Amino acid sequence: MENTNEMKIIFDSRPENEGLARVAAAAFCTQLNPTLEEVADLKTAVSEAVTNCIIHAYEGKVRKIEIFCRREGQNLWIDVIDKGVGIRDVSKAMEPLFTTKPEKDRSGMGFTFMEAFMDEVTVESQVGHGTVVHMKKTIGR
Amino acid sequence: MENRFEIQGNSLIIHLPEEVDHMVTDEIRRDSDDIIRKKYIRTITFDFSGTAFMDSSGIGLIMGRYRMMGMRGDCIQATGVNSYIEKLLHLSGVYKFVEIRGEV
Repeated sequence: MENTNEMKIIFDSRPENEGLARVAAAAFCTQLNPTLEEVADLKTAVSEAVTNCIIHAYEGKVRKIEIFCRREGQNLWIDVIDKGVGIRDVSKAMEPLFTTKPEKDRSGMGFTFMEAFMDEVTVESQVGHGTVVHMKKTIGR
Repeated sequence: MENRFEIQGNSLIIHLPEEVDHMVTDEIRRDSDDIIRKKYIRTITFDFSGTAFMDSSGIGLIMGRYRMMGMRGDCIQATGVNSYIEKLLHLSGVYKFVEIRGEV
């Protein structure tokens, strides 16, 4: 099929890879001719999801994070996948300002930013097995 | 990083880096809290003029410093704010206690 493309990257859950992840997603997105604002939105959303994997899912331990990007026409899907601790109560975790780590200066705005900057965000999580954050954005609307 | 922190009277100016994410905010938090404990600081100004990217880690940094300063009304200022940073400040609600200024 024309105008489809896919990318998968796997990297260690190290803070220095947050930059790599958002730049890779932004680079993948350029084939859809996004505006600067759309690129910034995407970078922030990916950064939030990856930061969650590092801080919450793996709690600082070095494990693997996977990002799967798919493009179909002007639609872009991004999945951020970890095999960490999982989220017990997903709807609670997605509430603005909710955080389990206030002492670490986490703002509790991660999912709020993802939802604000992407068109769709859904979360599948299983305690002890990991989490998948699915995000979708239509570029050039 | 050199020159990240500047003290003018009793205000601390934090010149934020180009990318404000989880990795650098941990560092800035540690260093700025050290200064706040040692010196008499009344206001903190976050200087965004060199910043092109930020995520919610930056919001956490601002919220944490606001708490540290006793949540006083005029203790946190921001300068060099572009439209994207402004969007993040509004969306997160921190604009309610952050005074956005044109100049340092």
